[in-house]
Amino acid sequence: MNVMDTRATSSLLYLDGVHVSFDGFHAINNLSLTLEPGEMRAIIGPNGAGKTTMMDIITGKTKPDEGTVLFDGKTDLTRLDETRIAELGIGRKFQKPTVFESQSVEDNLLLALNVDHSVKGTLFWRGSKGEAEQIDRVLETVRLKDVRRKLAGSLSHGQKQWLEIGMLLAQDPKLLLVDEPVAGMTDVETHQTAELLKEINRDHTVMVVEHDMTFVRELGVKVTCLHEGTVLAEGTIDQVSSNDRVIEVYLGR
Amino acid sequence: MPHLLTRSLDRGASIFLLVVAACGILIPLSNLLLPAGSALQVPTYLVALWGKYVCYAILALSIDLIWGYCGILSLGHGAFFALGGYAMGMYLMRQIGTRGVYGNPILPDFMVFLNYSKLPWYWHGFDMFWFAALMVLLVPGLLAFCFGWLAFRSRVTGVYLSIITQAMTYALLLAFFRNDFGFGGNNGLTDFKDVLGFNVQAEGTRAALFALSCLALILAFLICRAVVSSKLGKVLIAIRDAESRTRFLGYRVESYKLFVFTLSACMAGVAGALYVPQVGIINPSEFAPGNSIEAVIWVAVGGRGTLVGAALGAVVVNYAKTFFTSGVLAPYWLFMLGALFVLVTLLLPKGILGTFNSWWDQLSTRTPNADSAAREDGVTEPKMAE
Repeated sequence: MNVMDTRATSSLLYLDGVHVSFDGFHAINNLSLTLEPGEMRAIIGPNGAGKTTMMDIITGKTKPDEGTVLFDGKTDLTRLDETRIAELGIGRKFQKPTVFESQSVEDNLLLALNVDHSVKGTLFWRGSKGEAEQIDRVLETVRLKDVRRKLAGSLSHGQKQWLEIGMLLAQDPKLLLVDEPVAGMTDVETHQTAELLKEINRDHTVMVVEHDMTFVRELGVKVTCLHEGTVLAEGTIDQVSSNDRVIEVYLGR
Repeated sequence: MPHLLTRSLDRGASIFLLVVAACGILIPLSNLLLPAGSALQVPTYLVALWGKYVCYAILALSIDLIWGYCGILSLGHGAFFALGGYAMGMYLMRQIGTRGVYGNPILPDFMVFLNYSKLPWYWHGFDMFWFAALMVLLVPGLLAFCFGWLAFRSRVTGVYLSIITQAMTYALLLAFFRNDFGFGGNNGLTDFKDVLGFNVQAEGTRAALFALSCLALILAFLICRAVVSSKLGKVLIAIRDAESRTRFLGYRVESYKLFVFTLSACMAGVAGALYVPQVGIINPSEFAPGNSIEAVIWVAVGGRGTLVGAALGAVVVNYAKTFFTSGVLAPYWLFMLGALFVLVTLLLPKGILGTFNSWWDQLSTRTPNADSAAREDGVTEPKMAE
């Protein structure tokens, strides 16, 4: 067995030689990336670097033109649709907070719970104590206990971001993809979000896309910088931010 | 779960059920027991007219279930209504027997007229009520299932779905217009004599049909309430508000849409089946695209996503239609309907009931002891914009 094979099977997420183009525009260009179980990884890069497209590929929204995308060392994600991939245990938080605005905070979490998602299952659903406790736990973690009965649409921007992270937790996925969690947050909220993600990382693998370098520094994890659909640099925040190419295309001098 | 029961029968729902039940009992009784001409007696023509409204209310409920709660704007629901109507009409035709103009014991008049030598295969079984009743559910249900399976699996949504539902009902309109299609061409099915052995023209039968329609409305309402107040209802609203988000949570959106669309089509079929013996005719004009659009207007006027509002809207708009089309204003009815839709969209975007509900909530939160009663049941009326 060569080195590549071992990496493919031991990692939770394995991308190799992935290409995607939209009408001739190469959004993702020979992208290779691996994520170890239990890891938290921060993804940075300028606009149009392919960060969101990469998440689209992992969650099945976009099909790559070529390349390998393996989950848990064995499942080929390129063959599955969004629902199947979600069922496998990959949860996603979108760039723009998308919560179910006309439903209460609790109901948002209830919908996210990783239980029977079939038509029959939900039609004849009866709440269980376990489910209620899990919702309570998540509400505690994302600090939304006081607003549990409020409509999600009436929450502040920061609270919506947390609710969406809470929905990810309720889903209890093996891998969490978090797209720009602190966009539009105050400094205090940003700090709290970093703490929250670190807490979540204790028993989940997390991939965070973020522009806010202070936040990325606070996370203190391995950083990958994307540019034009491919990996430009990878390493600690200090290594990446001192890389000449990264400074040139992203951070600026 | 008592919580579910109280939620599925809130204040508005209980009042609605009481009113429908009272109408279903009192109107037929007053029609049959009181002497004709007495002030409290409901004349037979009104019983038939109101029976028609009740059938429309069931159709409106079925549209509200998919549009108000799941965001599926079907502009072809009249097709399911008409198919249910045709299934009932076929039974009624077979009941005529030798009493037809041509006196043929097997073939309905129009078939004799069109030189049919034998009954087309799809007319077999319709001499039995149970079979016809089954078809009333099965035919619209099956069509909705096949249509929905193709459309939802291909992720056809929004206006594109609305347009193909229009095309569906229009295609059926054209098909049913054809004489060789075997459903009486543009004359449709009429001249009904009796249903289950009772004369369809008799006062007693009309009163019974009215009571049955009210019962069907109550049942349809209870089914809708049970669906929307279950966890499945929350998933439907989630699909309506953020479809792809729901998919990323691991819900198979197309299965949910297919379930609710098929259920809704079956309800529309039942409405059509009750409608036909009360109006005495079913013809291809029931498939007209305009009919389906009108039904959507009832729901919008009454209040989308409220169920009670949909039924209310159907009755109010149709009452207005009856009122205005029988006077000097008759030629302008369609303008008024259009104006009504525009005005409701601009001034009462939540419809009559939605507006009343928010007004009532504001009022009750202002009174000191009712602040706990503020509506936080997690379900609000959707925005008008589709």
